[in-house]
Amino acid sequence: MRLRLVPEETHIDFFKARKVTFGASMILMVLSLVAWMVMGLNFGIDFRGGTTIRTQSVHAVDVGAYRDALQPLNLGDVAISEVFDPTFAEDHNVAMIRIQAQEGEESVTNETIQSVETALQGVDPDIQFTSVESVGPKVSAELIRTAVLAVGISLIAIMFYIWLRFEWQFSLGAVVALFHDVILTIGIFSVLQIRFDLATIAALLTIVGYSINDTVVIFDRVRENLIKYKTKPLQDVMNLSVNETLSRTVMTSGTTLIALIALLILGGDVIRGFVFAITWGVIVGTYSSVYVAKNIVLMLGTKRDWSKPSKTEGNQYANIDN
Amino acid sequence: MLQIPLWKRVVIFGVVVFGLLYAMPNLFYDRVERHNDAVAAIEAQGATPEREADAALWPNWLPNGLVNLGLDLRGGAHLLAEVQVEDVYAERMNAYWPEIRDALRDERETVGTIRRQDAPAGELHIQISQPDGMARAMEVVRGLAQPVVSLTGVGSTDIEVAGDGDMLIVRLTDAEMAATDDRTIRQSLEIIRRRVDEVGTREPTIQRQGTDRILIQVPGIGSADELKSLIGTTAKLTFHPVVGRTSDSEEDPGARNVLLPSMEEEGVYYILEETSAVSGEELTDAQPTFNQQDGRPAVSFRFNPAGARKFCEYTSENVGALFAIVLDNEVISAPRINEAICGGSGIITGQFTVEESTELAVLLRAGALPAEMTFLEERTIGPELGADSIEAGRIASMVAFAAVLVFMALSYGWFGIIANIALLLNVGMIFGLLSLIGATLTLPGIAGIVLTIGMAVDANVLVFERIREELKTAKGPARAIELGYEKALSAILDANITTFITAAILFIMGSGPVRGFAVTLGLGILTSVFTAIFVTRAIIVIWFDRRRPKTIEV
Repeated sequence: MRLRLVPEETHIDFFKARKVTFGASMILMVLSLVAWMVMGLNFGIDFRGGTTIRTQSVHAVDVGAYRDALQPLNLGDVAISEVFDPTFAEDHNVAMIRIQAQEGEESVTNETIQSVETALQGVDPDIQFTSVESVGPKVSAELIRTAVLAVGISLIAIMFYIWLRFEWQFSLGAVVALFHDVILTIGIFSVLQIRFDLATIAALLTIVGYSINDTVVIFDRVRENLIKYKTKPLQDVMNLSVNETLSRTVMTSGTTLIALIALLILGGDVIRGFVFAITWGVIVGTYSSVYVAKNIVLMLGTKRDWSKPSKTEGNQYANIDN
Repeated sequence: MLQIPLWKRVVIFGVVVFGLLYAMPNLFYDRVERHNDAVAAIEAQGATPEREADAALWPNWLPNGLVNLGLDLRGGAHLLAEVQVEDVYAERMNAYWPEIRDALRDERETVGTIRRQDAPAGELHIQISQPDGMARAMEVVRGLAQPVVSLTGVGSTDIEVAGDGDMLIVRLTDAEMAATDDRTIRQSLEIIRRRVDEVGTREPTIQRQGTDRILIQVPGIGSADELKSLIGTTAKLTFHPVVGRTSDSEEDPGARNVLLPSMEEEGVYYILEETSAVSGEELTDAQPTFNQQDGRPAVSFRFNPAGARKFCEYTSENVGALFAIVLDNEVISAPRINEAICGGSGIITGQFTVEESTELAVLLRAGALPAEMTFLEERTIGPELGADSIEAGRIASMVAFAAVLVFMALSYGWFGIIANIALLLNVGMIFGLLSLIGATLTLPGIAGIVLTIGMAVDANVLVFERIREELKTAKGPARAIELGYEKALSAILDANITTFITAAILFIMGSGPVRGFAVTLGLGILTSVFTAIFVTRAIIVIWFDRRRPKTIEV
């Protein structure tokens, strides 16, 4: 008795509604960009500078009282939020306090932290400070630059590799799909106002890695089938390839999601944002492999004669009826 | 047909066993850690029965490498400091001044009288009364220039000289500045290392980052505050002749003098000669002690022979005068010189607590930092939070692992179980590699392992799906298995190389926890490809050889 998520043979027409799916992807991308522009991102201190203090106490968190206690210190923008997590016990109450970067200081001074800690101890004598992190504006500016650079370089490197191994149409399709995944992830972070920090950038790169993995596996099959069926219309070859690899796609996404969901629920709040981003990315990345990357290759067409690669011959475009 | 030569089998399983052997110490983390600490302690300080007992907890012939836990898991403090390398330029120019002054005085005939003017740090502006003699003055000063001692600065000298009307401008050359910066950072690194070692915390990371930054990570320390006061203090101790005392902080101290606040008395300032009589660089030792007169905490120190001679000369020439003990631009005290002090040792009294005098002694022993530091980034993680994170990570990984194992077994039956064995070996090998290369496991690193657990099955899934397909067309199961591996290979390689590219970029660009993630992700890719194309294949081939099944079900 076997667990079969996908029947042995499928003949789903993935490209029947390709204008709708591709259109939907494009609209989601635009919406994400709009959300990013309008609502902005909830940058963590890695990118905007400032200090976060994590408190833990046996008593319930009273955000109002904390705020009142910190008011007289004139620290500028102070954000206080309670942290909830299924792994916390009854007497495990956690809050995060974020203080903006102070004028004229690189990282926050001992005196500022001392004054905050003293003020909070006045509210709750049992309060503990389990982590204090402070990033100066100089470093945060550099971190932003490095992060953008890292994402950019990996996209270019991947584009180059795919171009080397396949054709430029595949390479373009793959990279647009990756852009799609990255932008949709930034979009959801903007809409839900989840904290966006260095770990999120790592998550973005992981999504890029996962999504490309998925895209390449199907591309590989397309290449193989293009050699096998020289005269079949490209759309049919694509459909056949996606159907043939569907079982694998579902299995791999399934196991990865199972592992990620376990981590999402049980892994603690410290990395929840990070894990959430990757989970979201796996879902979006699986979708985009078929509906963005393949759609683009289908639109652009590709050479059909893969048996003997020739440099002098131009690419022969497939004759597709739209 | 399906064959793997014996030597290949031996190599494949040898690698696996090797990996698992190196992973094993992590299962007995506390025990091995105590063993390692004890061995290190015996080597450094000799054996005690306690240390011997700890060392015996783990046999010496077994690998004893452990995965280092990152600060986010172990708790500790992380500081990124920027060294103000420019500080040193001004000092260099000050040190040059007497030499240039003497050289120009010898040329009084042509250049006339000379006068040092205020100038930006790293430059020396000298006004000469006879601008006609400028050419000669420049020539003389150029004659004092020294060749730069560095790899990149070969052929250049340390100062460049320019003339502007009656103003002679001397500044450090770029090559010399680069060489000076490098020296400053090296010195700072060395002194920070000495200071951190003095307090004796375990395995601190102190490394240079970029041109002028130093990264300091100390596991187990309670707060960054503590670390900051230890390494952030310049601890520059100097002894200056006192010119006067005032309560006006705005008062003009006069040429070549400085106005410094008193540490003890609020609102009191001392006017001191800028040039120090003796400096803390000439100390050989400093110990916390108590003042015999009033029993208050104090610090005793001892000069090296050169310092002792200088101090002796200075005190014997200035009996009855005041001299100030200055620490980082604050006057600790300004006692009167009652008699010549030629014993080479002395005592610093002030309003210290016992902790302060102990810390001051540590700082003086380790030496002063050549330049000030600003802290760009600091993070403190409490050990409780780290322990919570480890616990959450452990539970999540186990649940994820179990779920994936069940899912695979249900989907692929016997082949799924083989894939599961491969997955177990895979995680073992990741830990083995982490221990072997001494990598650091961080919280995102744990997430990387969990992600790898999910993704590692991919290569096997690709193969199994392929075998399923081939079974429909190929002639018999042996051929199907062979073709399955053969045809899945290009997909496996392409897919994993692209993912590895992103892991590599993450590793190069990332820092701290993110880098830890890149390491586990990258290693996970390597081990999963290895297990999928070698280990499971070998297991399947061996099984197939024994059973010779007529049909297989994947």
